[in-house]
Amino acid sequence: MDIRYTPEEQAFRAEVRRWMAAHVPAQPLPDFDSTREGFEAHRQWERTLHAGGWGMVTWPVEYGGRGLDLIRWLIFEEEYYRAGAPGRVNQNGIFLLGPTLIEYGTPEQKARFLPAMAAGDHIWAQAWSEPGAGSDLAGVRSTAVRDGDDYVLSGHKIWSSRAVHADWAFGLFRAPGSERHKGLSLILFPLDAAGVTVRPIQRFDGKPVFAELFLDNVRVPATNRLGEEGQGWAVCMSTAGFERGLMLRSPARFQVAAAKLVDLYRARAGAADPALGAAVAQAWMDADAYALSIYATASRLMAGGAIGPETSTNKIFWSELDLDLHKTALALLGAEAELTAAAPDASADVGDWLDGYVFSLAGPVYAGANEIQRNIIAERMLGLPR
Amino acid sequence: MDFRLTDEQTMLAETVGALLHDCCSGADLRRLLESGAARDAGRWAQIEAMGLPLMLAPEARGGSGLGMVEMALVAIACGHAALPEPLVEHAGIAVPALVAVGRDVPAGTVAVGHPVNPFVADADTAEALLLADGDAMHLVPRAAVTLVRQDSIDPFRRLFRVDWKPAPATRIGGAALWEAALERGALLAAAQLLGLAQRAVDISVAYTKERQQFGKPIGSFQAVKHHLASAQVKIEFARPVVLAASALPASSLARARVSHAKLAAQTAADAASHAAVQVHGAMGYSWEVDVHFVLKRALALGQAWGTPGFHRARVAEHMLSAPLGPDRTFDAVPLQQEARSEAA
Repeated sequence: MDIRYTPEEQAFRAEVRRWMAAHVPAQPLPDFDSTREGFEAHRQWERTLHAGGWGMVTWPVEYGGRGLDLIRWLIFEEEYYRAGAPGRVNQNGIFLLGPTLIEYGTPEQKARFLPAMAAGDHIWAQAWSEPGAGSDLAGVRSTAVRDGDDYVLSGHKIWSSRAVHADWAFGLFRAPGSERHKGLSLILFPLDAAGVTVRPIQRFDGKPVFAELFLDNVRVPATNRLGEEGQGWAVCMSTAGFERGLMLRSPARFQVAAAKLVDLYRARAGAADPALGAAVAQAWMDADAYALSIYATASRLMAGGAIGPETSTNKIFWSELDLDLHKTALALLGAEAELTAAAPDASADVGDWLDGYVFSLAGPVYAGANEIQRNIIAERMLGLPR
Repeated sequence: MDFRLTDEQTMLAETVGALLHDCCSGADLRRLLESGAARDAGRWAQIEAMGLPLMLAPEARGGSGLGMVEMALVAIACGHAALPEPLVEHAGIAVPALVAVGRDVPAGTVAVGHPVNPFVADADTAEALLLADGDAMHLVPRAAVTLVRQDSIDPFRRLFRVDWKPAPATRIGGAALWEAALERGALLAAAQLLGLAQRAVDISVAYTKERQQFGKPIGSFQAVKHHLASAQVKIEFARPVVLAASALPASSLARARVSHAKLAAQTAADAASHAAVQVHGAMGYSWEVDVHFVLKRALALGQAWGTPGFHRARVAEHMLSAPLGPDRTFDAVPLQQEARSEAA
């Protein structure tokens, strides 16, 4: 065990810090869910990142990455969040689909999709859930019918984050007549293809943060299938899938939020319930514990280890800490907590905490509800019977 | 940066875990209670044969020259076994204090009367005691003190009020020794709590796989699974904190992280032992199953070596005075350097 950064790692941190200081927009971008303008501003930021070589530092150089290890990825993320850089509008592409493409894609598919993803030219949405298949994902009914060199896709997908403005989606489809985990395939399709209808869904605050997708005989080439036909479940749940569990929510995000919470506590402690001090300390400790845990996992993976059910403990821990952290912030804001950023008399950041709270409410639900994660922990980690 | 146990560290943890698994089972604990003896002489002989009591002493003084990461791993194993013998306080707290002031370690164990704790554990079986007179640390022979036993709900916690008279001849050092002892004591209590938490889950998993209700093992029911999964999550996010706290050099961050480790491990042990009682049903409330050994030790160690309130205050002190942020996870500025930068 050596918990010191090497001189090379420190130099890398300094390099990222310099680049971020020179490039992160001085003013926050308009959010990427509310308007096309906000979405495109974030696409532009992805292009700026890519031009600097920072689009996805762990990817191979040939696909627009830097081929860096996971400790450097953590350092990059720390500097990224520390600099207050914009949210990643392409997170579903780069963090979820990208690793799967690197593991399962043919050379042709990698060349076709990864550079465009890294450059921000293709912004991706996930099309897995359906009205009848949420936690029970193996219940998807949407179909892919093979027709010569094409697939014809039909069905109804839902809860696709950022699909309102995204360019492409990766979806789970089944062969007609197949059931449950058999007969599924992971297929990539453009959202502007003939037969795709995108209908925005409003979050409870009115923002169109996700969409439902209606597919009516959408024709795509068979070369859009990722992995073998009928192996879609294994592809989705693969080791690359586990890597997603590591990368989707990097610890730096929560450490920055916790540091801001401490600032808020300093500013408001005089007026607040003294018991909130304990909640603030808990949020700071939890963000720290999450970071230490991810460093341990990254170190193990770099030494050739495989990631296992800790993706489920991670998911539960970060989603609960994010929610608790934001609930504490709202409690510190007291009667101001309900004010949105648009309220003329709201103090600075009040609306940001509210936005963060609304976002954090979804954490225990998306990317596999926490009840499902607890089942996975009980069965695969503890060995309890199904 | 490589936040991973070395192969030697992993092997040490496994070896000590296997030893205690073989000689410190629930049945062994019950046998010791029935015998009325304070210690299991055979078990202690095995622990000594492995060199564990002197593991932190330098090789030149007959020790193994190991560090706090190794000591924490041993303490996790001791917690998992709910070990009755005072290996952790002797090897992890008393020995480093004696080594720090160049004293020989007595042949038997040395008990630690830290001012943060109201009573001294295992004072009756000790060869000598470290006792506080104000800031001063004294090394006092067992024969020179009077002990009054204080009954603990944990039958293996042998607590005593110690009546003694300080004399200049027994003084071995000052406040710095007690401060270092507190950091080690709190960290190693955290490590034991982590082991206790995992034991509570392990006992519960074994039981709920076997116990049948409604025609099925109760471990197949989600309500039962989720109790144990939630406890396991707390364990998973206490372990790296304990290990990081044991690896950091002395600093403000290290102090805060020791307290974080104690809080996280205490919370995990509390959650796991209560989940264990719950999933065992009425059996969990009985003398017959081993759950209570874990519950009682967790109750004791959760408050010993600084209460949760004490440690929360130490975390808050760091949190409100040190620079925070995602680049500070391992950023332990040595205390001397901090003092220098403050002076500048």
